[in-house]
Amino acid sequence: MLEIKNLHVKVGDQEILKGLDLTINTGEVHSIMGPNGSGKSTLAQVLAGRESYEVTEGEILFEGKDLLELAPEERAGEGIFLAFQYPVEIPGVANTYLLREALNSIRKYRGEEPLKHVEFGKLAKEKMDKMGMPDSLLRRSVNEGFSGGEKKRNEIFQMQVLEPRLAILDETDSGLDIDALKIVSDGVNALRSPERSFLVITHYQRLLNYIVPDFVHVLVGGRIVKSGGKELAIELEDRGYGWVEEESRQAVNN
Amino acid sequence: MDITLSTNGGGYREGYEEFKKNATGKGLAWLEAIREQGISRFSELGFPTAANEDWRFTNVAPIARTPFSLIRNGREKLSPRALKPYEFPGLETIDLVFVDGAYSEELSKTGTLPGGVRVENLARAFESDEGLVKEHLSAYADFTDEAFTALNAAFMEDGGFVYVPSGVRLEKPVHILFVTTSRTRPTIESPRNLIVVEDNASAEVVEQYVSLDESVYFSNVVTELVAGENSSVGHYLIERESKKAFNISTLRAEQKRSSNIRSHSVLLGGALVRNNIHPVLGGEGCDSLINGLYMSTGRQHIDNYMKVEHKSPHCDSRQFYNGVLDGRSRGVFHGRIIVHKDAQKTDAKQTNRNLLLSDNAQIDTKPQLEIYADDVKCTHGATIGQMDENAIFYLRSRGIPNETARDVILSAFTSGTIESMHVREIREYCENLLDDWFAQRRLAEKD
Repeated sequence: MLEIKNLHVKVGDQEILKGLDLTINTGEVHSIMGPNGSGKSTLAQVLAGRESYEVTEGEILFEGKDLLELAPEERAGEGIFLAFQYPVEIPGVANTYLLREALNSIRKYRGEEPLKHVEFGKLAKEKMDKMGMPDSLLRRSVNEGFSGGEKKRNEIFQMQVLEPRLAILDETDSGLDIDALKIVSDGVNALRSPERSFLVITHYQRLLNYIVPDFVHVLVGGRIVKSGGKELAIELEDRGYGWVEEESRQAVNN
Repeated sequence: MDITLSTNGGGYREGYEEFKKNATGKGLAWLEAIREQGISRFSELGFPTAANEDWRFTNVAPIARTPFSLIRNGREKLSPRALKPYEFPGLETIDLVFVDGAYSEELSKTGTLPGGVRVENLARAFESDEGLVKEHLSAYADFTDEAFTALNAAFMEDGGFVYVPSGVRLEKPVHILFVTTSRTRPTIESPRNLIVVEDNASAEVVEQYVSLDESVYFSNVVTELVAGENSSVGHYLIERESKKAFNISTLRAEQKRSSNIRSHSVLLGGALVRNNIHPVLGGEGCDSLINGLYMSTGRQHIDNYMKVEHKSPHCDSRQFYNGVLDGRSRGVFHGRIIVHKDAQKTDAKQTNRNLLLSDNAQIDTKPQLEIYADDVKCTHGATIGQMDENAIFYLRSRGIPNETARDVILSAFTSGTIESMHVREIREYCENLLDDWFAQRRLAEKD
């Protein structure tokens, strides 16, 4: 589904990703872990199409298509969804408006008819209940005045409505208490299916107790330095990132 | 023969002497006295300069150096069709139409009015409602320090007159439309409006200023609005004049006990615009909502000068002004709140938000609180920002196309000030104006 080859990315003068390779097959859940500043969020933003990040080398294929040629809205149309680490507040734009406009833009991209108001209302209500969010949230401005937990929950709610093929979760767990973490994880797990893939970016192993990944990768210094199964996450939790960084330095020196 | 008004030679006084020979309401001593005081004060004050703190950010030299013609006759006849774009679809209004400053009987439409209600042109009211006009005209819009108000007092001839007696709820909004046709030479108009809404009465009044052509002219407007006890008045100023026009406009509202006024300004046109809003909350328990939206592009200059005067206890005022500035345009927001000694328990709030769409656009925003009472709540806040690229990326990442995302963010910013308009059709009319503005901007970007 997703193939990233030798990806180099610069922000301003600084190179953040330095030859990243990653392949995600349909139906798989991959987790990327890594210390602060290793490039985790950069990867998420580049996948979603953020223009301030400059790809200097490498390629990204999504279902065989050159992702880097597509605008952010086209990527959404193709089925990519990013749950933001810091969801943006947009005063004056109602949640419901954003979602309906988003859903119908994606449907239009795919050559489908727009969803009628009533159908959309039903769909939104159903997903909202699942996420334990009050209906009134729909009429409120996007993320405005939301608590940190509400914002993250809102991201997963949007994901449920938009039903992407590849969902990227950028530190969705950060700042959540256990209850919120559980709701968010349940929301994600409900969407797991053989047709859908996930890229779960996190700093902490805790989230992976709830969203159990098929593969875990460690990102250090802009490159994936170690990959393994879910047990790698536990090892990282126990031993920290130091030993992986050390290993990778030795590998480079050898 | 048209009269020329110019700062050269004999100055405006010379033109005034000519003007007064056959001005409307001639022979009414009280009216002639106001005009005389007006021209005298204006001659003393002259046009304001940047040395005047109230005019620090707005240079009126282009007005001062332009000789204007005061049209005396030979005005163009318009067909009702020409006014179609300025109507509010689906809304029945009481219409007063002025073409190049003069009342047009044919284009106006007042219909049958509820008992005691008067809606007519001021020149006519000088005679037919002399008592009322004499009582209120120039009783509020003080021109001791206001050159443009003095100038208006000298040259005022006509405008809208609205009188709603006690206890009457005027259902249909009054629409006072000022149209300027195509002019070959710069002209001057001095519209003067008087709106009196008595105790327990209510009314909605729209003043709209439009141009049929991109002509150079000067609208120097003064409106006096009296809101009686427990009355409710909505006032709308829609300014969509030529990009070469000068518009100086003053709304002076006098509020009696427990009255409620809502002032909405939508400023889109004009080369040089100054929007003075000056409510005086004179009785206990008044409520003032002062809303405005200014959107400028090219080399437009739009200045908003608020002077909200709290004179009595327990009054609330709310100011929300939003500006969108593009091109090399410049905006000014000067928000003055004066809380007099006796105005305890005042609750005054002021918010001015600005969105700069280009690197060359500029805004000067200045709050000014003068508080002489000791138990009051006054807050003010101003923001200046650019289009939030994070918000746009967020919307795009959800599948919403770039252009739509930008429009969504823009209209979210502008809609706040429009939403509070009570009359739906007027609100929709304004929303359409904004949509046109966005569309034109997109076209300009593609060029």
